Amino acid sequence: MKLSKNFTNPLAANNPVIVQILGICSALAVTVKLEPALVMGLSVTFVCAFSNLIMSLLRNGLPSRIRIIVQLVVIATLVIVVDQVLRAYMYDVSKQLSVYVGLIITNCIVMGRVEAFALGNKPWDSFVDGLANGLGYAFILVLVAFFRELFGSGTLFGFDVLARFGYTNNALMLFPPMALIIIGCIIWVHRSINKDLQEK
Amino acid sequence: MGLRKFVDKIKPTFSEGGKLGFLHSTFEGFETFLYVPNTTTKRGAHVRDCNDIKRVMIVVVLALIPTMLVGMYNVGYQHGITAILPAFWYGFVETLPTIIVSYVTGLAIEFAFAQKRKHEINEGFLVTGLLIPLVMPVTVPLWIVALSTAFAVIIGKEVFGGTGMNVFNPALLARAFAFFAYTPQMSGEAVWYADGKTGATALEQLASTGEMQWSVMDAFIGLIPGSLGETSTAAILLGAVILLFTGVASWRIMLSVFLGGLAFGYLFEFVGVADTAIDGIPAYYHLLVGGFAFGAVFMATDPVTSAQTNTGKWIYGFMVGALAVLIRVINPAYPEGMMLSILFMNALAPLIDYFVVERNIARRKKLIKNVK
Repeated sequence: MKLSKNFTNPLAANNPVIVQILGICSALAVTVKLEPALVMGLSVTFVCAFSNLIMSLLRNGLPSRIRIIVQLVVIATLVIVVDQVLRAYMYDVSKQLSVYVGLIITNCIVMGRVEAFALGNKPWDSFVDGLANGLGYAFILVLVAFFRELFGSGTLFGFDVLARFGYTNNALMLFPPMALIIIGCIIWVHRSINKDLQEK
Repeated sequence: MGLRKFVDKIKPTFSEGGKLGFLHSTFEGFETFLYVPNTTTKRGAHVRDCNDIKRVMIVVVLALIPTMLVGMYNVGYQHGITAILPAFWYGFVETLPTIIVSYVTGLAIEFAFAQKRKHEINEGFLVTGLLIPLVMPVTVPLWIVALSTAFAVIIGKEVFGGTGMNVFNPALLARAFAFFAYTPQMSGEAVWYADGKTGATALEQLASTGEMQWSVMDAFIGLIPGSLGETSTAAILLGAVILLFTGVASWRIMLSVFLGGLAFGYLFEFVGVADTAIDGIPAYYHLLVGGFAFGAVFMATDPVTSAQTNTGKWIYGFMVGALAVLIRVINPAYPEGMMLSILFMNALAPLIDYFVVERNIARRKKLIKNVK
């Protein structure tokens, strides 16, 4: 597969969240505000890209029967690195994200890309694939968080946007069900643009 | 018959290939609104029955009218006007904008979707559009009505495929949206039930104090504060008679909702497990205040979202009533348990039907085995 297509494919046509419907749980939990959503998206991108790179480097010497446990060790290590960095430099965001940073280990996208791509491809391709999938996830998270923060709190990144126009906050936007509905609407739009995704 | 001739004359313009052919379904919607269609089904099953969706919906609208009229009178009465006509007129003027906004928003979206999908326009919204103003606080801001209606019609109905395909009752979904999104405007002390006059509804006062401030007769006739639909149990019962007599609503559901509510009402009256203020009130109060009777008669019986099997209807109805009282008593944050319990049971209705059907299959398999 060509490298550029390898990069753009997970961003839109094969987006992990809105096409493969992976990583939905964290998308509901961390998208109340833009800032944590962005940080979460970048953290997953980091973990996804480097776990893909490391597993791809290890792939030839790795006995297939122990590969899952090795993947877990690699991913868990990367997640701990991310968690410690966030605690050291972005304590507030880290507190808002609470357990969800640790739960990146269980994010289906990370393990899915390692299993499906990194174990069968060269390191650089794998790295790009992990990066693109993480960014595809981050993009949807930021998009959902944009609508939820804008209409739920009237702010963007904490800056007052709508309240000055006398906007009444829509509290439903702050509840997780609304995140599910927004993701549903994004999928709706995405499928009406990409007709080949529609099931017969 | 000038109108018929006029409709026939402009028909080709709106038909396939005509100048305004893209407005086909809009035209058809208005034509069948005026006249009974003279076309017959070309293939598939033929049901020879005059009871089409239009007639069913119009019966429900008729059944809603007593509730609406008494509710309008009550708005004036709560405002301090006692003479019947002026009080009614006051309430009419007060509530008409809500009704108009609900219909215009909902119908515009329905027409747009029917047009886009080349469907016929369905009449389902005739009832939903009247139910929404009846379950909202009387002078709720109009933009909330418009937004909730749009949400209910798009997310609750159109994404599932339109009338008859929805999982949740659209009118209740509109109220749930408004309730969770704009809680301060929808409940508590600040809700207006008449112009300039604020206060909690009868149910909310009952929930916070545990004492009934109104006589049982007032609550039955509907002279208590609350939204248009929830106050008058008497008018709701009149509507129930119309619905049951015409066979539009299921008597099994209606009866079992009341049975479920009374069963749990008595349970809390005599056993008393929660330490909330509303715990221990006489069971029949639950049927008189709040949206219990309205929900039981007009919302739980929605043929699309309720259970379809007869056994399933009993289970569904009983659970709606029981859960409504349970939520009211145990969770003081949600005084109106009826809305939540019906929506919850809407989601469970297919599951109930599934188990009823499975059990029936198992029972008949056993019969065959015994015969052999």
